Amino acid sequence: MNRILRKKVLNPTVTLMEVEAPLVAKKAEPGQFIILRVDAEGERIPLTVADFDREKGSVTIIFQVVGATTEKLNHLNEGEYIHDFVGPLGRATHTDGLKKVAVVGGGVGCAIAYPVAKKLHQQGCEVHAIVGFRNQDLVILEDEFAAASTKLVRMSDDGSWGEKGLVTDALKKLIESGEEYDEVITIGPLIMMKFVCQLTKQYGIKTVASMNPIMIDGTGMCGGCRLTVGGETKFACVDGPEFDGHLIDFDEAMARGATYREFERHAHDAACNLFKGVENNA
Amino acid sequence: MPNMALQKNPMPTQDPVERSRNFNEVALGYTEEQAIDEAQRCLNCKHKPCVGGCPVKIYIPAFIQEVAKGDFEAAYQIITEASSLPAVCGRVCPQESQCESKCVRGIKGEPVAIGRLERFVADWHNEHATEAAKKPASNGHKVAIVGSGPSGLTCAGDLAKKGYDVTVYEALHLAGGVLVYGIPEFRLPKAIVQKEVDTLIQLGVKVETNVVIGKTITIDELMQEYGYEAVFIGSGAGLPKFMRIPGENLKGVYSANEFLTRINLMKAYREDSSTPIQRGKHVAVVGGGNVAMDAARCARRLGAEVSIVYRRTEAELPARREEVEHAMEEGIVFRFLTNPLSIGGNEQGWVNSMRCQQMELGEPDASGRRSPVAVEGSEFDLPVDCVIMALGTSPNPLIKSTTEGLETQRWGGIIVEEETGKTSREGIYAGGDAVTGAATVILAMGAGKNAATAIDEYLQNK
Repeated sequence: MNRILRKKVLNPTVTLMEVEAPLVAKKAEPGQFIILRVDAEGERIPLTVADFDREKGSVTIIFQVVGATTEKLNHLNEGEYIHDFVGPLGRATHTDGLKKVAVVGGGVGCAIAYPVAKKLHQQGCEVHAIVGFRNQDLVILEDEFAAASTKLVRMSDDGSWGEKGLVTDALKKLIESGEEYDEVITIGPLIMMKFVCQLTKQYGIKTVASMNPIMIDGTGMCGGCRLTVGGETKFACVDGPEFDGHLIDFDEAMARGATYREFERHAHDAACNLFKGVENNA
Repeated sequence: MPNMALQKNPMPTQDPVERSRNFNEVALGYTEEQAIDEAQRCLNCKHKPCVGGCPVKIYIPAFIQEVAKGDFEAAYQIITEASSLPAVCGRVCPQESQCESKCVRGIKGEPVAIGRLERFVADWHNEHATEAAKKPASNGHKVAIVGSGPSGLTCAGDLAKKGYDVTVYEALHLAGGVLVYGIPEFRLPKAIVQKEVDTLIQLGVKVETNVVIGKTITIDELMQEYGYEAVFIGSGAGLPKFMRIPGENLKGVYSANEFLTRINLMKAYREDSSTPIQRGKHVAVVGGGNVAMDAARCARRLGAEVSIVYRRTEAELPARREEVEHAMEEGIVFRFLTNPLSIGGNEQGWVNSMRCQQMELGEPDASGRRSPVAVEGSEFDLPVDCVIMALGTSPNPLIKSTTEGLETQRWGGIIVEEETGKTSREGIYAGGDAVTGAATVILAMGAGKNAATAIDEYLQNK
């Protein structure tokens, strides 16, 4: 059982929780993930580590409410407990020796991009953060990104925040203007990462993408998180979650990611109705 | 006068049609009368060959004599001297190739039903025992066990009985390892595993779930920072194997590990489970071992027409005979001498067919087994909406990659001295699937038991 130390609503569907987990906090590095179960009957879901405090013994997660489990998680409050919380799992982001990096985040993926940008920035790397959201209401971690980057490019689909356009437009502009990156690190929706990788491939810039597939155990036992990288089957939980973006089969990953979409929609609706019932009776 | 009936007392079972629609236990267990009658078939012979056939050396004739007298608790005490998990072994051990294969009654007729009697005794105890197992006096030594599957629990139980302060670390949220995530409820009810774990906790064993050794804590940290004087690695099998054929990453293709974990550990077969599973209508399970049988029988219970696709013949099936028979009774179709070539899908990326090829048995290879060879022009498409790959596993890399000096085989198995489980690192022992690759529960238990003896000797002489 892990206590929720702090809960902060970042936007209407995205929530931050700082969770007491001393063993996980002691080892966690940017790029790694945890697996949690909200209650004794819950499913296991992976969430990438958004931040950690080794002294305080806490790990921060940021999640978007998309299914029944994240809906239930979102109903927990400070002082309450998450039933199971295990990690850190997966490999840490490789940051050694990088001097200039573009970190490209989209939507709730920015929650994962942030600790990577922060670590790079702390080690003296020049960080260009390109972050995109659908609109102003969905923006998260703006101040944090500003503090963890040498250049912050804000993008939104409708122009209500920063520039109107896609993160790939902004990245292309920077590359075309002569910026030379050792590496591009991209974290966000699969479709966004796919196009970021297509773009950087044209310019021959090494690109790492952080994958978040379906998982159960997270330790290499079930194989549910497998994806094709360079024609080989890899397990995101032990071989990743980050891979060479130019070798990932994104179309396959997108198809696999949709395996339980129908089930999840029903489960989410059921969970929402349940909470509505509780709230109406309260 | 012994009971000279040539046949075992048959095991009462759920009707095949009925049980292929539920997850309740298939075998119902002996009544007291049946148990006593069966126990009387034991001749209590001088040489006791059955004991030599048991990997954990249960004193079989002695417990059977107590059953024959009707003193079931005395029988239980004899079994637990040697085995920490009797209710589990009585259900999942391949007795036919171990203790029962040595029974003199088997020379003419069927051997004594040792496995069924063991199960009866353990269940009787669990139902009637009122006293908790007693915690032995501490000897002051700390030992860590990695993994709460059959080898880890056995090693923990044996060391706890000797007074060691034992902590078992488990990566998942529930103790039991393959006994809870792999073997289905209808073969091994999870309440029984929990009962066995509870007994170990009464003996003083501590169980820490949600800790991934090699990630959350390393083996070296366990020994240097946490003060464990010895560590036993029973981390089990790991990465599921695939065939490396086209289409294996389509939606609806599972490893048996994933399919079984969703069903057993996460209870996806229940309507109220929060873990999803695809309920296929036509399921193909590739493989012929016990895990393939478990996966096929689970898929059947979820309402599918199920075929087992196996590239050799019925005679070569590595699964236990009993499991194969149960699967056949439940309406599972066996496609022998059939080898998958590729898996096809629809536009949405869902599986819709599996291209297979007929095989025939060729000349015996170096191992003496006749290897299957393809029959030219025999390709055909099997319509399926779900494929489950039950091809075995390779050991988990997490411990190997974080424990310096721990030697492993090229394929990943930890190298140990066979009789003791001693690894290349002082104070570190290993056993079970992490050493052997996928094998049986009882072999893992035997390895856990041997390691417990070796750890005791090591720490007493240190």
